[in-house]
Amino acid sequence: MNLISLNNVGVEYGGNTVLSGVNFHITKGEIVTIVGPNGSGKSSLLRNIIGALRPSTGSVERAPGLRIGYVPQKLHIDPTLPLTVRRFLSLPKRVSTSRARAALERAGVGALEKQQMSDLSGGQFQRVLLARALLNDPQLLILDEATQGLDQPGSARFYQQIEAVRQDLGCAVLMVSHELHVVMAASDRVICLNGHICCEGAPEQVASAPEYRALFGSGTQGALALYRHEHNHRHDENGCNHDHATKDTAA
Amino acid sequence: MSFLDDFMVRAALAGLGLALAAAPLGCFVVWRRMAYFGDATAHASILGVALALGFDISVFAGVLTTALVMAITVSTLAGRGYAMDTLLGVLAHSALALGLVAVSFFEGIRIDLMAYLFGDILAVGRVDLGVIWGGALAVIALLWWRWSALLTSTLSPDLAFAAGLNPRREQLVLTLALALVVAVAMKVVGVLLIAAMLIVPAATARNFSHTPERMVLAAAVTGAIAVLGGLQLSFEMDSPTGPTIVSLAACLFVLASLARSLHRAISAK
Repeated sequence: MNLISLNNVGVEYGGNTVLSGVNFHITKGEIVTIVGPNGSGKSSLLRNIIGALRPSTGSVERAPGLRIGYVPQKLHIDPTLPLTVRRFLSLPKRVSTSRARAALERAGVGALEKQQMSDLSGGQFQRVLLARALLNDPQLLILDEATQGLDQPGSARFYQQIEAVRQDLGCAVLMVSHELHVVMAASDRVICLNGHICCEGAPEQVASAPEYRALFGSGTQGALALYRHEHNHRHDENGCNHDHATKDTAA
Repeated sequence: MSFLDDFMVRAALAGLGLALAAAPLGCFVVWRRMAYFGDATAHASILGVALALGFDISVFAGVLTTALVMAITVSTLAGRGYAMDTLLGVLAHSALALGLVAVSFFEGIRIDLMAYLFGDILAVGRVDLGVIWGGALAVIALLWWRWSALLTSTLSPDLAFAAGLNPRREQLVLTLALALVVAVAMKVVGVLLIAAMLIVPAATARNFSHTPERMVLAAAVTGAIAVLGGLQLSFEMDSPTGPTIVSLAACLFVLASLARSLHRAISAK
């Protein structure tokens, strides 16, 4: 069953073609990663999917009653706006304290309820955004460069959290990233985007595809291997499960 | 006690109505960095006065219409990525200038221009009072109804879209509320000081608020103190009432900011 499907979608901004001829779908429980260089239309594609942008051509179909959890790329909260983490979670729909707490726990930031959003570190902030996205029990979790501004171990931990969340909830995950080494091996499917879909398939397939190499160079093969290494490493160190979240700092 | 004088009671009630409506709207103006937007809308309303006199309709209706047109123009242009501060500067001051020129053409009608520029709260009649409270309650009801959606759109339009809201519609709600408050506030503090009544109490309230709702509440209290105290002061000092109210609000802002810095300095030790 497709949660979302895009049929031959094109997007234009002021005469510039940002996306053209994009066919895309995501099914229940799937992890899909979109990679592409800056300006390749990754964010435009996501904004089409969440409904913030209407395609200039083609069509977007959503499963009826689809619940989307959206973690934006970055969120600037004006310093004049006082906002506790707890209050932030109740936007736009009020949620019970127990649900808010459960979502924060699940995102790995249990103790932050009373903090001001503006006092959080980069890693804590992203996790609170993740907690908010989990509140409506999403069928599709969308992350737009969610680890921007986190250092490498910080973003690796963030993606581990996502994997754990996905195992718990069984939701589909759609990520946009340029951090290939961390993301790719966890995905069922990788889509390489540069104004149109250059290639797509399993991570290994895409990493060795000539279209992908042309965009990112061949060095990324090594990066993919690096992820593998980290992955094994994590299993070795399973005993050490202290709270990483509070140690995250904004890069 | 001077407050028992009839016109003073009416003035106090008019001022309180404005303070209550300006509190939630003022917070949004501050959060969304729309200060200049408020100015432009307010300044355009003097043109509304001229049109109202020219077409012999009620001043309230004239002001409401021009304020609405201006607010919609500005928010439409804002969505198209113009250099906003320059554009707003042009729009705000040319609307004011154009309004002043237009008003001067009506020689047959005696207009107290000062009353429109700085307000004439002591001359508020029973009908004015009804209009002011009607407008204020409408604004409060509108913002109450859309509160969560407005707050979400203010945080991030994309978050709002993902939650199935339409941030453009919420922007329109604010625009409408702003036009209403301008029309209401004109009699109380006048065209030149409306933006101050929106921003100063909200900025004061920021110093001791942890949630958006508390900030609105604190802004309402601050605005009410400024209105009542300002009335009293202007009565005693025989100073223009609208500017006195805003001056007092500014004093409260300075005090609140000092108190906060002091509190931080102490708790940091």
